[in-house]
Amino acid sequence: MPFERILLRNVDVPNSEKIDTYLERGGYQALRKALHEHTPDELIEMVKASKLRGRGGAGFPAGLKWGFMPKGDVTKYVCVNTDEGEPGTFKDRLLVERDPHQVIEGTIIASYAVGAHRAFVYIRGEFFLGGKRWIKAIDDAYARGFLGKNILGSGFDLDLSVHRGAGAYICGEETAMLNSLEGKRGEPRLKPPYPAQVGLYGQPTLVHNVETLANVPHIVLRGAKWYTSIGTEESTGPKLFCISGHVKRRGNYELPMGTPLREIIFEHAGGMRNGKQLKAVIPGGASTPLLTPEHLDVTMDFESLAKVGSMLGTGAIIVLDEDTCIVDVARRLTKFFAHESCGRCTPCRAGVPHLLNILERIEDGQGQEGDIDLLPSLCEGIAGHTFCPMGDAAVNPTLSSIRHFREEYEYHIKHKRCMVS
Amino acid sequence: MPEKSTRFRDPAKQSMLLTALYIAQEQHGYLSKEAIERTATRLGLTAKDVYSTASFYTMFRTQPLGRYVIQVCEGLSCFLVGGAESLVDYISRKLHIRPGETTPDGLFTLQTVQCLASCGTSPAMRVNDELYEDMTPDKVDRLLDQLAGR
Repeated sequence: MPFERILLRNVDVPNSEKIDTYLERGGYQALRKALHEHTPDELIEMVKASKLRGRGGAGFPAGLKWGFMPKGDVTKYVCVNTDEGEPGTFKDRLLVERDPHQVIEGTIIASYAVGAHRAFVYIRGEFFLGGKRWIKAIDDAYARGFLGKNILGSGFDLDLSVHRGAGAYICGEETAMLNSLEGKRGEPRLKPPYPAQVGLYGQPTLVHNVETLANVPHIVLRGAKWYTSIGTEESTGPKLFCISGHVKRRGNYELPMGTPLREIIFEHAGGMRNGKQLKAVIPGGASTPLLTPEHLDVTMDFESLAKVGSMLGTGAIIVLDEDTCIVDVARRLTKFFAHESCGRCTPCRAGVPHLLNILERIEDGQGQEGDIDLLPSLCEGIAGHTFCPMGDAAVNPTLSSIRHFREEYEYHIKHKRCMVS
Repeated sequence: MPEKSTRFRDPAKQSMLLTALYIAQEQHGYLSKEAIERTATRLGLTAKDVYSTASFYTMFRTQPLGRYVIQVCEGLSCFLVGGAESLVDYISRKLHIRPGETTPDGLFTLQTVQCLASCGTSPAMRVNDELYEDMTPDKVDRLLDQLAGR
């Protein structure tokens, strides 16, 4: 039996982005229920009980985050992170372009639960259509009384507006995003304090990824018990998996957390293109360590991927076939991180380009003896030594490719050319 | 005491900076020294504050570019299906410019960019604010011809 689409239930309907379509399909019922039948504390408990975890990559329990927000009459903010830019990931763009009201509804419920009356959407500058869709959807939500003063007669007020970024991957990191919202360079802040204590303009701030918020209306409507019946014990609910690379059917697939990697690649995505063999898989976006065919039976959830030495990340699966040069893959991903380093911490700013230089010379047939050992030692000096998790992310392509494909690096250095092409 | 750099900044005004820079850039095509200074005055910031922020983000430019800015995604998922440098090389040969350059008629600038979140519909590229997906040399030809008014 195919899995019932929850987050993507509207995206293929004509005019799915319009408020009337959303309302016809039961939209904003969860908001009505949340405002009229539940106290904010009940909603926080409900989200805790649902075990919903952040879908932006870190997997932090959403209910805990809500619970960390101080109670009472302090100015608080909610921020919707639409800065999707992790290579391999294209799920939030789909949600925002095709079903923005689902995310708005989740945002209003979250704001009500934590007592925030001002919320911001941060969208990456490159998402021009997404930005337009956000603005139109917010305007329509105001016009129908879902935003503004006294929402649906509940006495709850909320203002929501869109802030456009201007091209910086690092602004997906929550504290960098807050700096960018404040009109500053998008450099991460040192944590703690976490945004729930000191966030936007120094006030408590709840930051969530688009997909995380899209789950909220469904939890409110159908209950935490229903939600935990989907997925695994610790990774509950539906997940959007973005599949790209050498498969027959690339795209977004909504499946329960804990779906086997093999099933996603070989059933949903139709298997390998052009009759090729699978060589490696990046399971959760560019910052997650790559896996090999022996890991295909891993299930796609936070715990299982950690057990095999990788991460669920954003659920962005990049599939590589037998003709792909692994050193080249590491080089390309490292180039991305070198380009996107914000420059604040030396290990990332100086270390990642150095890593890239070595990978480039190996790829170009100029590799030197000792390079394979130099790379991990350089990685050691970067990971764990930076303000934000980008330093840890940037070393993953190199470390995991050496771990699983050391012989390919050796071949490159010895024969001054690639093994596969 | 450097009076200017320590003076009070209004957080609400400073938050408008990215939006203000977009407006200034749209008016003039790029952020000139004058545009940066004017933006600073309007928002109660120093030119240094404004340049500090503007220079951080790749979408702000301090040099004039072509009428159509072509940005080809260099991402891994674009490369795997024939995009990235293959597409860049194709456009390069067609327009006789390298990445970072503008055609002599000022019509096209070619750039490479990082992931455009179109990995399921790659190869991807942008021209100004429009996204183009599943690109092939044929589609590039048609698009560039159309933009050039041919």
